Amino acid sequence: MALADMRSPIESGCPDGFQYMHPVMRRNFGLWKYHEHPRPGVLLHVAHSGDKIWTVKAGTQRILDTFTLRKLTEIGDKFADGYIHFTLRSNIEYMTDDESKVEPLIKALEDAGFVVGGTANSVAMISHTQGWLHCDIPGTDASGVVKSMMDELIDDFKNCDMPNRVHITTSCCQINCGGQGDIAINVQHTKPPKINHDLVGNICERPTVVARCPVAAIRPAMVDGKPSLEVDEKKCICCGACFPPCPPMQINHPEHSKLAIWVGGNHSNARSKPTFQRLVAAGVPNNPPRWPEATAIVKQILKAYKEGAKDWERINDWIERIGWPRFFEVTGLPFTKYHIDNWRGARNSLNASTHIRF
Amino acid sequence: MAKKIYETPMLDELEKGPWPSFISGFKRLRDEHPDERINTVVSGLLGQLEHSYETRKGYWKGGTVSVFGYGGGIIPRFSEVAEAFPESKEFHTIRVQPPAGNHYTTDMLNQLCDSWEKYGSGLITFHGQTGNIMFIGTDTDGTQEFFDDINEYGWDLGGAGPCVRTAMSCVGGARCEQSCCNEHAIHRHLVNEFVDDVHRPALPYKFKFKVSGCPNDCQNSIERADFAVIGTWRDEMKIDQDEVKAFVEAKGRDYVLDNVTSRCPTNCIKLNDDNTMTVDNHECVRCMHCLNVMNKALSPGDDKGVTVLIGGKRTLKIGDLMGTVVVPFKKLETLEDYEELVELASEMIDFFAENALEHERTGEMIERIGLVNYLEGIGVEVDPNMVSAPRQCSYVRMDGWDEEAEKWFARKAEQAAS
Repeated sequence: MALADMRSPIESGCPDGFQYMHPVMRRNFGLWKYHEHPRPGVLLHVAHSGDKIWTVKAGTQRILDTFTLRKLTEIGDKFADGYIHFTLRSNIEYMTDDESKVEPLIKALEDAGFVVGGTANSVAMISHTQGWLHCDIPGTDASGVVKSMMDELIDDFKNCDMPNRVHITTSCCQINCGGQGDIAINVQHTKPPKINHDLVGNICERPTVVARCPVAAIRPAMVDGKPSLEVDEKKCICCGACFPPCPPMQINHPEHSKLAIWVGGNHSNARSKPTFQRLVAAGVPNNPPRWPEATAIVKQILKAYKEGAKDWERINDWIERIGWPRFFEVTGLPFTKYHIDNWRGARNSLNASTHIRF
Repeated sequence: MAKKIYETPMLDELEKGPWPSFISGFKRLRDEHPDERINTVVSGLLGQLEHSYETRKGYWKGGTVSVFGYGGGIIPRFSEVAEAFPESKEFHTIRVQPPAGNHYTTDMLNQLCDSWEKYGSGLITFHGQTGNIMFIGTDTDGTQEFFDDINEYGWDLGGAGPCVRTAMSCVGGARCEQSCCNEHAIHRHLVNEFVDDVHRPALPYKFKFKVSGCPNDCQNSIERADFAVIGTWRDEMKIDQDEVKAFVEAKGRDYVLDNVTSRCPTNCIKLNDDNTMTVDNHECVRCMHCLNVMNKALSPGDDKGVTVLIGGKRTLKIGDLMGTVVVPFKKLETLEDYEELVELASEMIDFFAENALEHERTGEMIERIGLVNYLEGIGVEVDPNMVSAPRQCSYVRMDGWDEEAEKWFARKAEQAAS
């Protein structure tokens, strides 16, 4: 097509959400009084005006095919006035101001194979990334890990009877696009990148790759007469940061790319300030198609949390109260030298006191 | 061409179990969709994904694909195993900005389905981790055609690469009693000021806005956004004493003592003998815990505004960083208030563009140059709310002390006068 025929984009940016908002929500914007949790998966919000709106939340497979999305919109047309909201964790929410539609809506969702729940103190839908399906640097799959885990955690999604809500995340590399979670299951590489020296010189911008390394372990080198890069394997932390800018530095390995599990990430300011997740388990096999070893550890942690935490304690609050030694005791996970941080700021994580629980 | 069906024994395992299966959805597109192009593309995708499961490796590489007039917004994917699975050899994702607050009508979703079935694979995600609608899987021509189609009815591309990224906001005032600001308005005022920086990646690295209506921070903005806006209030929280009494009666005094008052991080909430509550609002840090537990009885005050925290990001390259307070409180009522917020963001993005190293996020730049240099660069005065504690080590040159102290007293006098 000739350049002159190309269509110039309309740079409209982010669309106004009000045009797609349920009229009861539009009318009461900023004027809500309180909410109740009539049953798992359902919220009732009451406005100062007296208006009420019921929300029904459901989990889906997140990677939607158009058949599934059309099924979801058909349910919305029938029971929820044609409006839909998606949550941060990719759950679908339907709103209605007619209480009599709530039960039929739930039934329609469940009959179609969706899972109603995910509200209040549930194990919420696992937030995840693209993985083998679409990422260019993934160490594992994302949708498959999440499907396998949600199959096992489905009752905790439906029943909402944990001490507080539990957000689980997954990430397919150590950049951690999945983000912070009460429990995070992330790829952890354990060997330095394997370099294809025939390709580095042509494909990689070498100074960029050198600059990308967090521990300055990469330097330019001539290998077999070709410009390439070499890695000081004693310094290398196997993070994979060099792989995206330089694909010939392959970090992913079917055996050596493992999973690690982190806990206690909490975005909320409620009670304590927000917290980052901490390492609890590593060396977990990256084992498709069902990743049973990772799921087993997650379930172990959830069981200990459910038994030990008080109402309203998130996982970080619970561990803060019982202490890390007790966490390792009640979960049965090993404490190793790898749990002691040596990154910048590590001293702040050491116990400089006699506060020890016996 | 008759579509080839690849054996997928490993993926078939993911059709078992009670949670909805994405693999079953893929197979529906492969086997039941009326468009043969979609059947074929998804068949190739299933073949390649099964190959990934068998060999535990990914086989997509990036490239350069965009739409006319833009430099970003597309995640290009070319298969490294296209010989074995030629049907999905190009499988680009189109990142589209969602409406503020992620609201949709079913009609609009169906319309997007119609467009996507014309040009793409039929796979969609609401939403990716940055917040975009992800239309997963089309070739280079389809990318342009699909964009041209949906751009005509109100949808624009999001960010990809070193640019201002798609923003996110919580459901907020649309359906939450804790909302302390107009999240949707803030979201759109900010990101739509920078459409040029969204579509034409020219920054050192990404820059993200996220807006949460209250300190529960449901958008994870402190941990994930370069520019986090969080609603808060500075007058007294509202207490409905009748609702307090009803709560205490229903749950018992012990429950309230164990779950509300004793969890207050500054011990500023008290349960009285007559089952009413008193709050020392001066000590309250607006953590939200008591409001979360007793949302009928306790509510945010009326003098609402936002706190802005800067520099949150994930692991690459120096480790995780949280955003830190740069604006402790800002009213957002008039258009001028919004313009000031946008102006501040603009200063920050300019400073970032000029001073960050390649592939360095704002938080990492601040870590490298120090918060004070950053504040001076963007023209913001220091404030004790920016630190959790003052300096600990004496190794610092402080011969400008008198002038700095004077500035503080001058600012205080100015505030007292206004």
